[in-house]
Amino acid sequence: MANYLSLSEEDRKRMLEAIGIASERDLYRDVPEDLYLKEDPNLPSGKSEMEVLRQMKALAAKNHVFATCLRGAGAYRHYIPAIVSEVVGKETFLTAYTPYQAEISQGILQSIFEYQTMICELTGMTVANASVYDGATAAAEAAAMCKDRKRSKVLVSAAVHPDILTVMKTYTWAAGSDLVVVPAKDGKTDLAALRELADEKTAGVLIQQPNYYGLLEDAAEAGEIAHAAGAKYIMSVNPIAAAVLKTPADCGADIAVGEGQPLGMPLSWGGPYLGFMAAGKDMMRKLPGRIVGETTDHEGRKAYVLTLQAREQHIKREKASSNICSNEALCAMTAAVYCAAMGPRGIQNAANSSAAKAHYLAEKLEEIGYKRTYAGEFFHEFVTEAPKGAAAALEALKKADILGGLALDENHILWCATEAVTKEELDLAVNVLEEV
Amino acid sequence: MELIFEKSRPGRSHAYLPACDVPAYAFAKEYLREEAPALPEVSENDLARHYSALERRAFGVNNGFYPLGSCTMKYNPKVNEVTAALPGFTDVHPLQDADTVEGCLEVLDLTKKYLCEITGMDAMTLQPAAGAHGEFTGMMLIKRYHELRGEGEKRVKVIVPDSSHGTNPATGTMNGLQVVSIPSAADGSVDLDALRAAVGEDTAGLMLTNPNTLGIFDKNITEITKIIHEAGGLCYYDGANLNAVMGVVRPGDMGFDCIHLNLHKTFSTPHGGGGPGAGAVGCKEFLANYLPVDCSSAICEIPAESVGKVRSFQGNFLVVVRALTYLLSLGKEGVPASAKTAVLNANYLKALLADTYEMANPGLCMHEFVMTMEKEHKECGVSALDIAKGLLDEGMHAPTIYFPLIVHEALMAEPTETESPETIEAAAETFKKVYRAAMADPEAAHQWPVKAAISRPDEVTAARKPVLRWVKEEA
Repeated sequence: MANYLSLSEEDRKRMLEAIGIASERDLYRDVPEDLYLKEDPNLPSGKSEMEVLRQMKALAAKNHVFATCLRGAGAYRHYIPAIVSEVVGKETFLTAYTPYQAEISQGILQSIFEYQTMICELTGMTVANASVYDGATAAAEAAAMCKDRKRSKVLVSAAVHPDILTVMKTYTWAAGSDLVVVPAKDGKTDLAALRELADEKTAGVLIQQPNYYGLLEDAAEAGEIAHAAGAKYIMSVNPIAAAVLKTPADCGADIAVGEGQPLGMPLSWGGPYLGFMAAGKDMMRKLPGRIVGETTDHEGRKAYVLTLQAREQHIKREKASSNICSNEALCAMTAAVYCAAMGPRGIQNAANSSAAKAHYLAEKLEEIGYKRTYAGEFFHEFVTEAPKGAAAALEALKKADILGGLALDENHILWCATEAVTKEELDLAVNVLEEV
Repeated sequence: MELIFEKSRPGRSHAYLPACDVPAYAFAKEYLREEAPALPEVSENDLARHYSALERRAFGVNNGFYPLGSCTMKYNPKVNEVTAALPGFTDVHPLQDADTVEGCLEVLDLTKKYLCEITGMDAMTLQPAAGAHGEFTGMMLIKRYHELRGEGEKRVKVIVPDSSHGTNPATGTMNGLQVVSIPSAADGSVDLDALRAAVGEDTAGLMLTNPNTLGIFDKNITEITKIIHEAGGLCYYDGANLNAVMGVVRPGDMGFDCIHLNLHKTFSTPHGGGGPGAGAVGCKEFLANYLPVDCSSAICEIPAESVGKVRSFQGNFLVVVRALTYLLSLGKEGVPASAKTAVLNANYLKALLADTYEMANPGLCMHEFVMTMEKEHKECGVSALDIAKGLLDEGMHAPTIYFPLIVHEALMAEPTETESPETIEAAAETFKKVYRAAMADPEAAHQWPVKAAISRPDEVTAARKPVLRWVKEEA
């Protein structure tokens, strides 16, 4: 049994004496006798490290890691430089708590400040927070930022990731505010419908860029419609795509959010991931969660602190608009190390290469009858028809150790390609599909 | 120390990617940003050294004693990192078919099963990403319960003791509930008369931490949950302090209907400088259908009664892998042994300090205890903050300060079970040394720390004139 305790029986006796009690049961004297457990919990007996590792390895071995991944839909397999896991695996970064004691936490505070700067650079926005849980909760928090006494409705495009929509519905249901889905047309947000729906009750409008189907939205126009109705405009963006596409700021966004997983985080069956949030200066004090600011110490040296804390739950209690405290700090650091390692050209290479491979795949698929469903410009994901059915296509790929795109229904597949797949792998996938 | 941006030189980045092996794709100009993001351009060597320097300016559990109350800064076992890095866990896509992720599904099932056993709950979700996120989710179950019984409009009040974590009232608000704060007794326990006066037909539920934020187990707990149930409300258990009682007494047996656990506290997954955590939420059978769905909306329907989803995909899965590794290591013997040792260590430290520091609540405690500098602060200006900063100079992390709010000048210490008696004894000596030095020279104490990377930062200016990102200085 490995329990990580370092007390001998002698130690325990000596300590109980110093405390002035006779037994460990006395430590729990406030626990009523009928509640105090008489037996150990019904778990297996503790195991040695060797046994535990063997059991966990056996569990991991029950999963299948595909050689090739053509599935995205909100989680993307990009190449991660070796230095990323080395840096974030450093013991102190791993085991530190939230940097409450600034004087001995400058390293973590500075790393967050650098991360905030990188998110501002990627999105073009003025301020960023230290992270929230993931892209979906970032969207839900952004919607909550837009609400005021007169405006409580949020309009969300039907072409966002289904989890973003579901999480936003859950959050708005809890808070008692309204969420209205703006329909999609030809795979993109129906801007005519958005114009109809945006009114004096609308607090915010949210679209995703590139959207769930991989298509590029007319983001600037959507922003103009939101603003014309007096609403705030939120864009949920892919951070790798953001390195080459027009930024949320370019498109008039008041708030930019997104799933930060593509920035150096492995797929990990869904998490930990990273919700990033950035805004214009006018919404700075509405941002939820931790924010790091620069200041000076008594000697005038540059220093970093958690700041603008008057927004947060430990000060505002029931008047706080969010209860978030723990966030995804180590994932934010992961993103920062990834961005610093890749540099601007490296991330743009990843983005351009992903787009190029996706377009190559689309072209090759088209040649064998997998016609694109939507005509619009796309980034690194796209939807096709599956002439022999989605299930048969994906099953054939699976046999070739390829995780195919995501079946949207019986006859449509959402494909994804990143820089992490080679032309050879793409050609193989197309060959396999041709045989179906 | 320079920012990574200040170390940047044009063109210096390392090449991690090969040349693209398919024809380039050119987007129309209207889609593209005009300038590349100004990310750092540094050699890998400079990058590695930058973060090594940052690491030296940080403090983790590996660096020294970390008695940060309410945060359960126990040792984070290394094997947990090894299992969380297994490619079979890290390289699987969240939308893979079930037959290719049987290991992941089994990790979830085993963890849920063990945590249900430890807490006395019937069902669980591992989707919430942090403790506060779990609270939000747990209170949703209560809201949903009343709503589906047609009492959603009526039951709009959540009762929260004034000794609670700030997340509790904020959680109530996020759920559209009115927060009723009730005063606590001096030891932080629930004032039964105040509770009886507060409940009624508008009561949705109670949020409670037990042991409470003063480190006291509320001996009236069965009566408390009964009062709420008789009023038609439900009881929510904030599991922030479960480390004191895991394997010893179960929230389910105390009468709680739903709970959240902080896997990053009680179950030893590292805090990562502020996350990722995981906020498992458990509930009794009658609430189970309302739990969020541990499956993506991209591939699963949301059942009608479920609250939906609180996070994409399945939550912070690798955090769950670490927690399961820890549970398997501890097993049925190790779980209660850890709790009992955590309580023993806290009481030992408290006993050693009682001749120097005034305790907010004398006598025995659970896994943590609260000291107060109220008298010293009034008499000679020495504050809880001064003591905290003095401890930093001694190579120790400070306790939690100024919490709970019902104790003035509070210092809240939680040693955890993974410290040896020698560490506790040395820490007690350090606490006393800092106290004596502060009382001997209060003016000097206000200047502490003097050995850290910086002295006390100017937080007022930071908030009044926020500088929240680096900007290149114009040449």
